[in-house]
Amino acid sequence: MSSLSRDDVAKLAALARIEMTEEELVNLASQFGSILDAVARVQELDLEGVKATSHPQPIENIFREDQVQSSLTPEQALSGAPAQEDQRFRVPQILGEAE
Amino acid sequence: MIKKTAAQMSAALSSGEMTSVALTQSHLDRINEVDPKVKAFLHVDSENALAQAAKVDGERAAGKKLHPLAGIPLALKDVLAQEGVPTTAGSKILQGWKPPYDSTVVSKLKQAGVVILGKTNMDEFAMGSSTENSGYGPTFNPWDLSRTPGGSSGGSAAAVSAFEAPIAVGSDTGGSIRQPAALTGIVGVRPTYGAVSRYGLIAYSSSLDQAGPFGRTVLDTAMLHEVMAGHDPRDATSINAAVPKVVAAARSADVKGKKIGVIKQLQGSGYQTGVLARFNESLETLASLGAEIVEVDCPSFEFALAAYYLIAPSECSSNLARFDAMRYGLRTGDVDGASAESVMNATREAGFGREVKRRIILGTYALSSGYYDAYYGSAQKIRTLIIEDYKKAFTQADVLVSPTSPITAFKIGEKSEDPIAMYLADVATIPVNLAGICGMSLPAGLADEDGLPVGFQIMAPAMQDQRLYEVGGALEAALVSKWGGYLIDQVPALGGAK
Repeated sequence: MSSLSRDDVAKLAALARIEMTEEELVNLASQFGSILDAVARVQELDLEGVKATSHPQPIENIFREDQVQSSLTPEQALSGAPAQEDQRFRVPQILGEAE
Repeated sequence: MIKKTAAQMSAALSSGEMTSVALTQSHLDRINEVDPKVKAFLHVDSENALAQAAKVDGERAAGKKLHPLAGIPLALKDVLAQEGVPTTAGSKILQGWKPPYDSTVVSKLKQAGVVILGKTNMDEFAMGSSTENSGYGPTFNPWDLSRTPGGSSGGSAAAVSAFEAPIAVGSDTGGSIRQPAALTGIVGVRPTYGAVSRYGLIAYSSSLDQAGPFGRTVLDTAMLHEVMAGHDPRDATSINAAVPKVVAAARSADVKGKKIGVIKQLQGSGYQTGVLARFNESLETLASLGAEIVEVDCPSFEFALAAYYLIAPSECSSNLARFDAMRYGLRTGDVDGASAESVMNATREAGFGREVKRRIILGTYALSSGYYDAYYGSAQKIRTLIIEDYKKAFTQADVLVSPTSPITAFKIGEKSEDPIAMYLADVATIPVNLAGICGMSLPAGLADEDGLPVGFQIMAPAMQDQRLYEVGGALEAALVSKWGGYLIDQVPALGGAK
């Protein structure tokens, strides 16, 4: 039986940038055991020597000529911005005051 | 007028028997009448729909050669970007967002002159099998309003089965077109991976996602399939090859001498009695039409669900990182002095629903160092084994078949507290996605125990989508003549259909 503690979930939530409530952390931790048990079935088979598939098709790099093409105008690109200033996305402070 | 098939509507438009404006208006009236009960739509775009219909009528009057689907109304899953029209993917984090561009699917629909009626409800970011995970409330199954229409494309499936639109677009990452088609008694196809462009399709799991068509008949579904499919330089995974001739295949509807492989692992325990009864009858029908029925063994399919619920959450934990409150969508907690990181944390907490958070956390865990090989790595190897099982099976049969869903439509709320029970709804549809091949669900009748629709699934190798339509078309024709009409004709009226 797999399990994940409330603190494990809190650490994952921080990595995923989601500020979860205490209730969410506890609920998710309690559900995780059965979910992990279900997905851990992938470990039941002997997979020695089996190649991994990351994608259903063979993918190759696709190149094109470096030509100027039409694209979104600045107004269009900024049309969904939560905040903007001087044709740029306005974002909250990224570096601390002292830096 | 709304009860006709898209092919019949197309004939009536070209003969001048009716106009697209009148056809569109009658669908908008139907939406007004029944959608308060069904809740298939998140946004109805009457103004643009009527304008597009008028444009097509004008072009027809001027003698312009038009596409067969020109002037035909359609419902669009809210996962596809449409310029200037609210697009949310069922999530609060995108509430009010209007994309500045069209997805390739929408561009192709517009080019063909299709009338887009509006955007349909879905499980948030296509994560779910019941449409209950929508940030905007559930959609209700037209066959029984206390039940779900399946998901994640439940809004599109419900719209078509409630006669709010003759055809609709959905997307299928683990069964999200085929399972709701099965649960609402209509036809749904997940095309081969790479056959339909993903440009402008809001990503859930990029190696599995694929948009596809819904219709009430195999032919209508094929007509929409041909409009949507084709190579797109804007999607690097788009296949650069001719679109399979699915409309011609639907019309030929020939199974004589074809080998139909029944997958041993996708039946039996866990499958509802009425589902198996209708499935077996459909097999007998195919045999009576001259098909040869064989059994095929796909031992790795037993592990497909586990592999899917590692691969899809892993990819989603990466894909959904783009919702960072900086460039578009929701931003909360942006008070004086708040850091970008705290705004991101607060926005993602407020904007994502429960299932989306669950999958992001599961994916973050499966990809974390120390667990990567045991979980994501093993899942990718299972994926290889599933592809090999299919390859071998397709040497023994032209198409493979199974029930689409192990169960008929379930009650709203029945599985929403139990993620594992919900995940099992996709047990028969997931292998197709992992292998990147194509699949169809079409109605096989009603289960005796509950009177609800049962879906019959057909699978074919990559870029052999026409085989789905040949076999599906033949089975449909035989069943319709046996029933004396389409199954969807038995759906409850929902209040005075015209």
